[in-house]
Amino acid sequence: MTQLLMSLRIAIRALKVNKMRALLTMLGIIIGIAAVIAMVAIGSGASKVISDQIASIGSNLLLVLPGSTTSGGLRSGWGGTPTLTYDDARAIKNECPSVAEVAPTVRGTAQVVYGNQNWSTIVMGTTPEMLVIREWPLQEGRNFMVSDIDGATKTCLIGQTVADNLFGDVNPLGRIIRIKKIPFVIVGILDRKGQSAQGTDQDDIIFIPLLTAQRKVFGTQFPNTVGAIMVQAKSADVLKKAEEEVNELLNQRHRIGPTKEADFMVRNLSELMEVAEQSSKVMSLLLGSVASISLVVGGIGIMNIMLVSVTERTREIGIRMAIGAKERDILFQFLTEAVLLTTMGGIVGMALGIGSALTVSKLVGWPTLISFHTIAIAVLFSAGVGVFFGFYPAKKAASLNPIDALRYE
Amino acid sequence: MDAVVRLDNITKIYTMGDQRVEALRGISLTVEQGEFVAIMGASGSGKSTCMNILGCLDKPTSGEYMLDGVNVGTLSRNELAEIRNTKIGFVFQGFNLLARTTAQENVELPMIYARISAAERHARAQAALGKVGLSERADHYSSQLSGGQQQRVAIARALVNDPAIIMADEPTGNLDTRTTFEIMSIFQQLNKSGITIIMITHEPEVAAFTKRNVLFRDGMIISDTQVENQTDASQMGEPA
Repeated sequence: MTQLLMSLRIAIRALKVNKMRALLTMLGIIIGIAAVIAMVAIGSGASKVISDQIASIGSNLLLVLPGSTTSGGLRSGWGGTPTLTYDDARAIKNECPSVAEVAPTVRGTAQVVYGNQNWSTIVMGTTPEMLVIREWPLQEGRNFMVSDIDGATKTCLIGQTVADNLFGDVNPLGRIIRIKKIPFVIVGILDRKGQSAQGTDQDDIIFIPLLTAQRKVFGTQFPNTVGAIMVQAKSADVLKKAEEEVNELLNQRHRIGPTKEADFMVRNLSELMEVAEQSSKVMSLLLGSVASISLVVGGIGIMNIMLVSVTERTREIGIRMAIGAKERDILFQFLTEAVLLTTMGGIVGMALGIGSALTVSKLVGWPTLISFHTIAIAVLFSAGVGVFFGFYPAKKAASLNPIDALRYE
Repeated sequence: MDAVVRLDNITKIYTMGDQRVEALRGISLTVEQGEFVAIMGASGSGKSTCMNILGCLDKPTSGEYMLDGVNVGTLSRNELAEIRNTKIGFVFQGFNLLARTTAQENVELPMIYARISAAERHARAQAALGKVGLSERADHYSSQLSGGQQQRVAIARALVNDPAIIMADEPTGNLDTRTTFEIMSIFQQLNKSGITIIMITHEPEVAAFTKRNVLFRDGMIISDTQVENQTDASQMGEPA
């Protein structure tokens, strides 16, 4: 401990002698650490933006789409024919053990009127599970109840964009809007969700009970059919399993055999998300490694200056050795000096890095993530740079021959 | 009593490329406790090489060197550093104080490497500076001291770990006559108090202050005489 204090004092004095040189040497580390911290902060901020967008779709999701059919040689695309039913959805929920929630949907576009305002938006018939699956909280009001679904009540939940366009400053809760001329009571207002990863406005939507949509709003020629079914697996680990279970169940229910083409399709949304998330991670890794290069360059600067310093102070080293400094005393002295340089540089660089990350996030409007462990790693890393690049010069100093060192002019 | 220094048939051969230089060819020398020895000789006579070996800065090619009962020849680099630290005090021609360091800190330096506590270091450095008459200059930086004062700080530094022997390498080479007397007077006082001193010099007048003169030539000792009438340096203050 005393030795450490002593070495620190010697190192501080040695650095004070050449303040300008110490500062310039540190600058390399300052810039390096600042770059690493700023880049990682901005990178992980950007990555958070992406993963937030992805999470807004919902997590661990499977999408079951009605199938294509062939009639008279014409093949329709996916979703072309309503082959899925509400019963399919309930079967998935009840018979697939890896499935947590299921929300069947019926979707259409409709003109919506309130007072003298009108707005065209997406109207989606669904069940209360929809909000659970999409992790979509209500700003006000309540979710659908089972009675709303079973009783096909004329209630609705509206998104923020719809609320803004129809109501402006008026509180929409409890008011009546007309969807395709049918009056609906607004029972809930959805929280703002923002843009989807594809750039569509997720808040431009109205949810109504599934049965209401099937029977009253989009009365189809195939009663009881649904559009897409959203399925949430119990966890990311069983997502694949859930996909297999749903496939198997629907094959059974739709009597699909080896000779018959499936009339439905199960899509795993998480795979897309993983790709997106992966790419943003790669991005921030890339930024971080580019910044690390400047840190390495800074470290080489430290090594250079330490070598000069050892040469300059050869005589001092000789004196110290003559009066009894051991190799490790000299080694420790020069290592301390190098580590002190880089650690001080690291701390200043950290302040600078955090500062510039905050500035960038103010200017660009991105969130920046400065985590405690980024900072800890940066400081440790700068000390590590000191040890790594300081070791060779220190070793060189420690292995000098005392006679030669004393004679050095 | 055992001898402080016993050199037995020491040789030192430097090889530079294919050239062999025999710097020492069979030196045997015994120095007892309390002696004050001047090693003399022309440059190239081997006296500096001998000093380096005596000071444990260098190892002999062959022969045995016993210092204060320790066989130095078998020690490692680090063990030699410890011997230098505890058993030897160096005084150099060029003073060799650390720059930008106070007298006090210079004197404390050997004790730092001996891992002595700060409080004890401080007290002992004060005492050593007192012995060379520089107590009131303890806080002065090396550059603020005159040559004679710097050399006195160096002597204090050499004394501070209570070494078995003080090795002085031309300690007065850079000093004027008056300061030379001053420094030699200090050495004589220290010697009177029982400290063993070996000093290199090429000036016979300086050697006259010691008790024994050893003359080197061509890597060998050619004469070893006791000084009949040792000159008292403290009486030489005024030039005749």
